[in-house]
Amino acid sequence: MSNLDPELEALKHNLVDMLALVNSQLSKCKEATLNEDLNLAKEVVSREKRVNALDLAIDKDCENILALYTPVATDLRFVLASLKISNDLERIGDNAEGIAGLLIHVMEKATEEMVSKFKLNEMFDVTISMLSDMEEAVENEDTALARQIFAKDEFLNENNRNADSIAKELILQYPDNIKLILKLFSIVRKLERVGDLAKNIGEEVIFHIEAKVLKHKKDQKKKKK
Amino acid sequence: MNIITTKNVNAYYGDNHVLKDITLEIEQNSVTAFIGPSGCGKSTFLRTLNRMNDYIDGFRKEGDIIIDGSDIYDKSIRVEELRQKVGMVFQKPNPFPKTIFENVAYGLKIQGEKDKSKIAHVVEESLKNSALWDEVKENLNKSALSLSGGQQQRLCIARTLAVQPSIILMDEPASALDPISTAKIEELIAQLKEDYTIVIVTHNMQQASRISDKTAFFYMGDMIEYDKTKDIFTHPKNERTENYITGRFG
Repeated sequence: MSNLDPELEALKHNLVDMLALVNSQLSKCKEATLNEDLNLAKEVVSREKRVNALDLAIDKDCENILALYTPVATDLRFVLASLKISNDLERIGDNAEGIAGLLIHVMEKATEEMVSKFKLNEMFDVTISMLSDMEEAVENEDTALARQIFAKDEFLNENNRNADSIAKELILQYPDNIKLILKLFSIVRKLERVGDLAKNIGEEVIFHIEAKVLKHKKDQKKKKK
Repeated sequence: MNIITTKNVNAYYGDNHVLKDITLEIEQNSVTAFIGPSGCGKSTFLRTLNRMNDYIDGFRKEGDIIIDGSDIYDKSIRVEELRQKVGMVFQKPNPFPKTIFENVAYGLKIQGEKDKSKIAHVVEESLKNSALWDEVKENLNKSALSLSGGQQQRLCIARTLAVQPSIILMDEPASALDPISTAKIEELIAQLKEDYTIVIVTHNMQQASRISDKTAFFYMGDMIEYDKTKDIFTHPKNERTENYITGRFG
């Protein structure tokens, strides 16, 4: 046990809290989207401040650790990874707030057909499960779980690629509902972005535990096989 | 190019087996740090490189130590010449109770150098190369003992440089010094690396990470890991190295 361990535990605790908070923001966005729940959407917007506060707290934790303890090896990698993870989570929070903002701005309930065609239910479920996986992976330093994220992100990317044509098809079919269709299209885009950011988190977990740098590489595909 | 090569070096103090199968190579014009907990053998190993252990009763060595192509334990080797080539700086500054000038000139004089202008030139160059000249040039006839701890240590380095070594061994050279003097010694080591090969034992891991190119971690007589310093301190291969450098033992 070193003097640094309590600081690292506190940092991990803040990270896990931020993951849980951002995850719950996304869950609320899902419910608000499917049920046209304006109050829930407003709650997401107001809770964004807590996401930002945690981001700042993690920045401070990392700054203190670096200044006071000169961490090396795995401890250093954890601090560096934490800085990046909190940055990604803050941006996921921004995306959740963005989705809530869209819901508030365009108050029309999405039809089941539109939700189904955009696969919005599945996209929300996948992003929420990615964040749940990352919460567990950070808590338990589980790189096998972290690696599962890459396949899930592929699903989101595939759906995002199809969203253009789906949006065109729906606009032709329902020309009076352009605003609603574009709202749903924007949500798809934001969820795809959330997937990319969650994938970054997986890469940082692997960097922390295994000292492997996966970003910009296709290594995760080989490991998956 | 490797200037120091050791192969399966084992060392004993009587029955106590203090170094176990140490094999490593040290590149010319590099700084290599030896780290490890007290009693791990790092200073013993350092002293094998210029045979300072020869004076210790009961000391015995096995294996080969090759410096600049020669086995330094071969019978043909003159130890005095070896120690000129492989100089040493100790933890506690140990200037002679002589003037600053005489301290640096001493090695040259006992080698038989009589040319006063040459001696003066070498003294000046050595003091410049140890970053002490500007502080003492007006007082070369003052006693070395009147210098501060940090200055005395740089004087000891100048004394080592005066006899033109190719390798400088340093056994915790800054551990008795204040932070500013330590910083000056570290800056000096970075400069000296251009012309010399330096091997340094240190308990200060931040120092090892700041100044060395490669680091060897010793534990209970074994060399556990030896690698580029940046790799040792970012992702060591051995769990014991990780535990030591993160302060979880030792």
